[in-house]
Amino acid sequence: MTITRHLDDSTLMSFAAGSLPEALAVVAAAHLSVCPRCRDEVATMEMLGGALLGGLPGAAMRCPLPAAPEIERHASPGSPAVAPPGTARGAGRRAARGAALGEVPDPLARLIGNDLDGLRWRWVAPGSWLRHVPIGNGRLHLFKCSRDVMLPEHGHEGSEITMVLRGTISDSTDLYRVGDVCDIDDSIEHAPVAGTDGCICVVAQDRPPRFRSLIVRLARPWHGM
Amino acid sequence: MADLLQRIAERADPAAFRELYEAYGPRVKAYMMRQGADAGTAEDLAQETLLTVWRKAALYAGDRGSMTTWVFAIARNLRIDRLRREVPWQQLPEGRLTEASSEPLPDEAMAEKERQERVQAALAELPPEQKDVVILAYLEGLSHSEIAERLGLPLGTVKSRMRIAYQKIRQTLESLE
Repeated sequence: MTITRHLDDSTLMSFAAGSLPEALAVVAAAHLSVCPRCRDEVATMEMLGGALLGGLPGAAMRCPLPAAPEIERHASPGSPAVAPPGTARGAGRRAARGAALGEVPDPLARLIGNDLDGLRWRWVAPGSWLRHVPIGNGRLHLFKCSRDVMLPEHGHEGSEITMVLRGTISDSTDLYRVGDVCDIDDSIEHAPVAGTDGCICVVAQDRPPRFRSLIVRLARPWHGM
Repeated sequence: MADLLQRIAERADPAAFRELYEAYGPRVKAYMMRQGADAGTAEDLAQETLLTVWRKAALYAGDRGSMTTWVFAIARNLRIDRLRREVPWQQLPEGRLTEASSEPLPDEAMAEKERQERVQAALAELPPEQKDVVILAYLEGLSHSEIAERLGLPLGTVKSRMRIAYQKIRQTLESLE
């Protein structure tokens, strides 16, 4: 997988800060799970978080030390403080490898499982299917389009992130492949088109898009190609 | 500070934990209060943050990263989980090097310290309008759209201020490499 379209720095920063609305955070985490470049940026942005935390004037603690029997228990001679480093690290690496192999990136798989073909899709228009994913904050959907079907043209009140899970999509300027993200804000109206093998994408928005019904827009198939 | 983590991971040293608690407890409590927690909840979350550091020290001890960054990431995830009642999709930093090793090499430890100092310095030099959006995102927990509403700015302006702020910080780090 060669990723050429990345998350915007402002999105990564908000993710590192822990202030990205949850729907957007799921897609950001999905992209990060396959994109070392964006992971490096987040690491630096977390360092910025550390710097801000380190610079905060402290609030006096009522309790000078936590009532923590486990501290004393672990501190007793002969008992290991924590799991040996090797085990936890190994588990983390295994998880990372597993995530890289599956078609559905691990964070998204926690919500929808690993089988895109086994999902129940809602038909919305010729060549277009939709699947709503319940999430705490924001809106999260999967969409599936057949070859050359145009995705609904729309604008936004807020932010939108789309990630390609299968196939390709393109808009007027760019081609997006598996793992790529299209990360845009309210200044952009776009109308991507599914590639020759169709596509499955996940899309997150923090605010409802600016049209009455997604179905209305999806019902206008692409005739121009 | 990094050697506190080392002492906790390798020897379960209660004195190291006390130092850590005194250094970071009040800051994490202040962080939680900025995010809307009352004083009691903020203190509970600060304690839980540092107990997590205690329990997970071995996961991070081989790393050359910053202790403060690690505490920040744990506090951030706990805040998302407890104050926002959402899933923290952010992973805790695992560190740059994966092999378990005990002592950071002196030059690497120095480089990490210098990186931190550069970030601090770059942050202090940001113009107020850029620093404000960074602080609202990191310390008040506001999304881009919420910052735009709070400051009465277009969403695009908020995002571009964050981008520019970050580019400045990254530039100061690149000059190190």
